[in-house]
Amino acid sequence: MRRTFLGMPATAPRGVGHLRGEEPFPAAARRGLADPQLRRNLGHATTTIRAKSGAVIGELPDWQALREAGAAIKTDVLARLPELLEQLEVAVTAAGGIVHWAADAVEANRIVTELVAATGSDRVIKVKSMATQEIGLNEALEAAGISAVETDLAELIVQLGEDRPSHILVPAIHRNRAEIREIFLQAMPGVDPSLTDDPPALAAAARRFLRETFLTTRVAVSGANFAVAETGTLAVVESEGNGRMCLTLPETLITVMGVEKVVPTWRDLEVFLQLLPRSSTGERMNPYTSMWSGVTPGDGPQAFHLVLLDNGRSAVLADEVGRQALRCIRCSACLNVCPVYERAGGHAYGSVYPGPIGAVLSPQLTGVEENASLPYASTLCGACYDACPVKINIPELLVHLRDRAPHPKAEAAAMAAAAYVMDRPALYAAAQRAARLSRFAGRRGRGLPPPLSGWTIGRDLPQPPEHTFREWWAQR
Amino acid sequence: MRVALFVTCLADTLFPAAAEATVRLLERLGHQVVFPPEQTCCGQMHVNTGYSAQALPLVRRHVRAFEPYDVVVAPSGSCVGSVRHQHASVARNAGDERLASRAEAVSERTYELSEFLVDALGVTDVGAYYPHRVTYHPTCHSLRLLRVGDRPLRLLREVRGLDLVELPQAEQCCGFGGTFAVKNADTSTAMLADKLRHVQSTGADVCTAGDASCLMHIGGGLARLRTGVRTVHLAEILAATERSGSIGRTAVRA
Amino acid sequence: MSGREEVLARLRAARGAPPRVPAEAPRDYRPAGGDADLDLLVDRLTDYRATVHRCAEPEVAEVVDAVLGGRRVVVPRGLPERWLPASVTAVTDDDLSTAEVAAADGVVTAAAVAVAETGTIVLDGTPDQGRRVITLLPDVHICVLRSEQVVAGVPDAVARLDPRRPLTWISGPSATSDIELNRVEGVHGPRNLHVVLLTS
Repeated sequence: MRRTFLGMPATAPRGVGHLRGEEPFPAAARRGLADPQLRRNLGHATTTIRAKSGAVIGELPDWQALREAGAAIKTDVLARLPELLEQLEVAVTAAGGIVHWAADAVEANRIVTELVAATGSDRVIKVKSMATQEIGLNEALEAAGISAVETDLAELIVQLGEDRPSHILVPAIHRNRAEIREIFLQAMPGVDPSLTDDPPALAAAARRFLRETFLTTRVAVSGANFAVAETGTLAVVESEGNGRMCLTLPETLITVMGVEKVVPTWRDLEVFLQLLPRSSTGERMNPYTSMWSGVTPGDGPQAFHLVLLDNGRSAVLADEVGRQALRCIRCSACLNVCPVYERAGGHAYGSVYPGPIGAVLSPQLTGVEENASLPYASTLCGACYDACPVKINIPELLVHLRDRAPHPKAEAAAMAAAAYVMDRPALYAAAQRAARLSRFAGRRGRGLPPPLSGWTIGRDLPQPPEHTFREWWAQR
Repeated sequence: MRVALFVTCLADTLFPAAAEATVRLLERLGHQVVFPPEQTCCGQMHVNTGYSAQALPLVRRHVRAFEPYDVVVAPSGSCVGSVRHQHASVARNAGDERLASRAEAVSERTYELSEFLVDALGVTDVGAYYPHRVTYHPTCHSLRLLRVGDRPLRLLREVRGLDLVELPQAEQCCGFGGTFAVKNADTSTAMLADKLRHVQSTGADVCTAGDASCLMHIGGGLARLRTGVRTVHLAEILAATERSGSIGRTAVRA
Repeated sequence: MSGREEVLARLRAARGAPPRVPAEAPRDYRPAGGDADLDLLVDRLTDYRATVHRCAEPEVAEVVDAVLGGRRVVVPRGLPERWLPASVTAVTDDDLSTAEVAAADGVVTAAAVAVAETGTIVLDGTPDQGRRVITLLPDVHICVLRSEQVVAGVPDAVARLDPRRPLTWISGPSATSDIELNRVEGVHGPRNLHVVLLTS
């Protein structure tokens, strides 16, 4: 049992939220790899988004300068995080909002549940939010007799399909239009039985289904993309208008936000509002961005609560190399370019944060020993680093976390033996000869012992050469 | 120019033809090649698998072996990438600042083969002859760690008799990733299957690249499926001439 | 320890020593102050399926008539009356109920600023734009834009806007990328966005 000490950086607690998978990545990936529909849907969607995103990024002559600025602003945020949060608290409070602080998922869920209960409402509408998924807020609300209605189209597809999200931006990316139609026909009350799989028709069905809920629900829960410390301004970036509905119509708005989402100044948004849409949906600008500071009399919710969430972020911050993962603006560009994600799918990562950023963020939030397989779920091909709008060096972080991950005993022994031999040229040359003579345990392409047998499931071994290079060199 | 060959442990042990070709090519271009025999392995596998402490002596060995030379050349984007992007930080993380700065000095003088030919020597026509239909796979580390860009393609375009065909989705990883190929063998194989499909779609008889490791992976797949497509290291193509009469040794034979 | 003190203490311990002076981020990207290209704005708006009308100020009512003639239209309190044709039933937003706003066919507003490079209009809740709800529930939004409100890029817009006001950045009609990552117009917000760009 891990112990947490008061006031010291702590990882996210077990038993609540969705940061830990039930099985290691290689086992979980096997299911995705064997699902032809998933492979096809993901291949299609990621290919589409890569082309779109590449085109609109190509329109900006200063993309690299924007990335540099985005990375630097976020690095500065992490260096001044406590002070910026205090500044944000002052600004939000002055604007009529109420700020709450949650050390972990349990506290955040309790705070939100109590706030909702105090309004007397037994239903909340929700804008898609990674933070509330991370802490398992919907389950906590359900346990308190409060139903949480996801209003984002993809979240709705996941909720109606009793499924799990598999992508940060598009949680139902693993579903194609035909499957979405089936889910709607089976689970959406009052749906038109003649619904087709035409995407505009599917979107219209969601519009009809949620309209009444939007108009009659008194409490909304959202996340936040950005919060400006100097002005107390919150920003939610979205597409469908469900965000605007939740941020405008209810009487009470509760926003749950990871502490790292704060930015120092209003001007900083000029950087992130260019980086985020082009990296995420591949648009020059997403259809809707809402910004608000506290409460505006006569316009929108008249009660505003901001819940600032740690839940492991302090542990990430404590690692000077690892903390760059907290720069993440949840654009999901790294997922869309990752060849591993594209084939294994988001569920294989076991956490609400899949893909390359998940492979470096989830193990840090939980402690690497509880997500030990994730740092290895990458070939270190580097596509994620190139795509990241805030220049998180994900390959470097993966290697950093592998160093801290628990290692299998046999592997550790083999690695130590290899290093011993490789540091002794005579032994090394002898080992080269031995490897050649053994011809890799007899017939090529057969019979390597585990774990090396993984190689021969789909590949032959190379034919051992007649001599090593250094033998050739010596005889020249 | 006197050039120290950083052979890489993989080419030394399993793909000597690529290293021998590098020597022949550089000598043909009029340079003196030396082979520091104390070199073994750059330690990349250890670092990338989470054993940077064990890599430290290998980094120290590498730096000591190559420190005396003005120019170091390797037929591998990945191993040069490790020298450039990992060696100093392995030393620094172990608290050895002096080794770190020595490693940085060596890394500044270390080139991947295509970089050396195009940037340091300023040649793209190396006088090679290779009458085959060839497709080029840009390996991830040469592409994204070293940014070799189109240098290998510029070299290949000048090769007499060579019919260069573009590889679809060339920039996607082949799925090797060092120990990834065994730790996540299923995902790795799925990535490889797509790479093989694209290689075969080109109708090439040879798939080339600047890394023996990725070629071992792709070649292992091509051989398993008995495709008849061979993998050949870039150095072997560039070393081949009409006089040598050699089509380059097959890295992985089906 | 309260939640507040606990979180702050953890973050302080994790962060280590605070920097003496905040690091200045490099801002080598294109700054505010570029030329606003009206044709680019029109191109970008059209690309995201907004309908653009270019006309002189006295002709706004004709455009509104063509789009919403005979329909019920919500208008913010500060909207110039001359923009409304006699053919529409104008309902001024004097604290209308949500149901009343939802029952309208359309809404006509002005805007605070527009970004040419991204095809974005921004509303800031001043009296000619009104409460956020009125541009959300009706299915047709006509937004009238003066040419001097058009700026080149996002930095220009950020510089002009007041962060303490409720802001809505709108780029085309409501859309989603949730089905196979393709953009599909028409979900919860207005499905029809008309931008009337006034020639000066």
